[in-house]
Amino acid sequence: MIDKRLINKRKVYNKITAYGITALSLTAVFMVLMIFVFLFKESSLFITSDLVKTEMRELGITLYDLLGSEYQSVAYPPKIGLQPLITSTIRVTFVAILVATPLSFLAAIYVSVFAPRWIKELIKPVIELLAGIPTVVLGFFALMVLATWIQTITGSIYRLNALVGGVALSFTIIPIMFTLMEDAISSVPVPMKEASLALGATPWQTAVKVLVPAAKSGVVAAFLLGASRAFGETMIALMATGNAALNTFNIMLPARTMAANIGQEMAEVAFGDFHYATLFLIGFILFIVTFIFNAIANLYVGHLVSKSLGKV
Amino acid sequence: MTNGFLKNLFKRPVDSTMVILTFLATLIIVAILTVILTTITISGAPHLSWDFIIKAPEEGMTEGGIFPAIVGTTMLVITMSILGLPIGLITAVFLHEYAGEKSRLANIVRFAVNNLAGVPAIVYGIFGLSFFVFFVGAQIDNAFYSGSLKWGKPALIWASCTMALLTLPVVIVSVEEALRTVTQDEREAAYALGATHWEVVYKVVIPRAFSGILTGGILAVSRGAGEVAPVLFTGAAYFLPELPSSFADQFMEMGYHIFVMSTQSHDVDATKPIQFATTLVLLLLTFSLNFVAVLMRRRIRISRR
Repeated sequence: MIDKRLINKRKVYNKITAYGITALSLTAVFMVLMIFVFLFKESSLFITSDLVKTEMRELGITLYDLLGSEYQSVAYPPKIGLQPLITSTIRVTFVAILVATPLSFLAAIYVSVFAPRWIKELIKPVIELLAGIPTVVLGFFALMVLATWIQTITGSIYRLNALVGGVALSFTIIPIMFTLMEDAISSVPVPMKEASLALGATPWQTAVKVLVPAAKSGVVAAFLLGASRAFGETMIALMATGNAALNTFNIMLPARTMAANIGQEMAEVAFGDFHYATLFLIGFILFIVTFIFNAIANLYVGHLVSKSLGKV
Repeated sequence: MTNGFLKNLFKRPVDSTMVILTFLATLIIVAILTVILTTITISGAPHLSWDFIIKAPEEGMTEGGIFPAIVGTTMLVITMSILGLPIGLITAVFLHEYAGEKSRLANIVRFAVNNLAGVPAIVYGIFGLSFFVFFVGAQIDNAFYSGSLKWGKPALIWASCTMALLTLPVVIVSVEEALRTVTQDEREAAYALGATHWEVVYKVVIPRAFSGILTGGILAVSRGAGEVAPVLFTGAAYFLPELPSSFADQFMEMGYHIFVMSTQSHDVDATKPIQFATTLVLLLLTFSLNFVAVLMRRRIRISRR
C-alpha cells in the first residue's frame, strides 16, 4: 500500500532542497558583489571619511597627488603618486608576457601539430606539475637562484629587478597559456586540417595558415588570461622584483608592482586611515582591470575559466 | 599525421626549422620545471629530517623545524574545506542538476564563478581583511563580546573563509566535471523507480560522482596550501610560541614562513638551508596532493569509457 503521508513528505523534501540549493548557490554571486562593494567602499574613504580628509589636509595632500610620479608612503608628508606602481606593473607584466607567449605558442603548435603521441602524453603531466607549483615557491626560486643567474648573464647592478620578476612570473602563466592554446589548436576540426594537407600544404603551412587562424579566438583569449594573471600576481612580484617604486620603463631596474605594494604595506596600516584607503584604491584598480581582461577573454571563448581550472 | 609526412618533412627547410624551433620551445618548458625541481630538491633535501617536520623553530629560526607551520597550514586547509566544499558542491549541483539549459540564474552564477576565478589572490587578501575581519568579525564582537576585541582581528577562521572563497571556483568546476560523468540513463532509471529530483541527486548522482567530488576537494586543498597572498593580512603570523587553540587565534603557515624568512629575517643566509627545506616540504605536499588528484581523475576517465 502506498503511504500518502510518506509521499507528501518526500514531495515537501524535494521542494525544500530545490529552494535551498538554489539559494545557497547564489553565494558566489553574493561574494562577487561583496568584493565589489567592500573594495569600493574602502577606496572611496578618500571622499566619504572625515578622518581621511582631515589627515590629508594636515599632510597637505590632495587627490591629484595620486597621479604623481613618486610613491613613498613612509616619507613625511607621504608621496602617493601611483605612476611608479603602474609603470612597474607594466614592466614586470610585459617581461612575463614576452617570455611566456612565444614559448607557450610554439610549444602549443608543436604538441598539437608535430609531436608524436608519446611526447603529447609526456608534456601534459609536465604542464600540470608546473601549474601546481605554489607561487611562493617560484618567488623563492627566483629570489635565491634565478636572480643570481640572470645577474651573471646580464651583468646588471641590481640583483633583483623587473626582468627577474617577469621571468619568474612567466613560469606561472606558461601553463595557462599553453593549455588553452593547445586546446584551441587541437580542437580545430580534423577535416580542415586534412583538407589543407590534401591540397599539398606542408604541416607547418597547415599550422600557420589553417589551424592557428581557425583557433585564433582561443589563442587570443589564452593570451589575455595569461596577461591578466601576470598583472595581479603578488608573491613573485613581492619577492623577486626588488620592491623599489621607480617610475621608469627600464626592465633592468627594480620594480614594485601594484599587487606587491599591497602585500608589502597592508600589514603596517591602521584601519580606515589614509594609507589604508590608498592601498584599497590600488586593489580596486587591480580588481577592475582583471575583471575587464577576464570578461574580454570569456567573450572570445565561453567556459574558458572552466577549461583553465579543469586541468590540474 | 602519417609517417609519410614526417619523412617528407625534412625535405622542406622551413618546415624542418619550424619543427625544431617549436620542439625547442617545448623542451625549454620541460627544462624550466626540471631546473626548478632539481635546484630546490638538491638544496633542500640535506636539511630535511624527521626532526625538521616535528620540531618547532629554535634560535630565531636558525635551528629546529617547521612543525607549527605544518600544523597551521593543515588547520587552514581543513577549515577552508569544511567551509568551501559544501558550498562548491551545492553550486555545482545547482548548475548541473537543477538549472535548465537557458536558466538566467545559472548564467549569473556562472558569470560570478568565472569572475571569482580571475580575481588576483591579493585582492582576496584585502577583501578578507575588510569584509571578514573588520566587518563580520567586528560585528560579532559588538554583538556578543560588548565590543572587546575577540574576532575582529586576523584569525584562523577569517583566513580560512578567504581561502575557501578563493578555491570555490576550483571546487565548482571539478565537481561539475564529475557530475557530467554520471550518465543520463542512471538518472532516468532512478526517476522510473519513482524517485524525486532530490532523491535522484542525493542517492544516485552524488554517490556516483563521489570520487570526482573528492578530486575537486583535493585540488582545492592543494591550491589553498600553496597560496600566501590571501592569508597575509587575514591570519598568518611569522612566529607564534604556541599552536592555535581556537578559530580566533592566528597561525603559522608554510608559504608565509618561506616568504618572511627569505625576505625579512635578520640573517637570511643563516636560515637558507631551512628556507630551502621548507620550500621542499611545501612542494612535496602540493605535488603529492596534485598527484593523487591526477590519478583519481584518470581512473574516473577510464571508468567512463
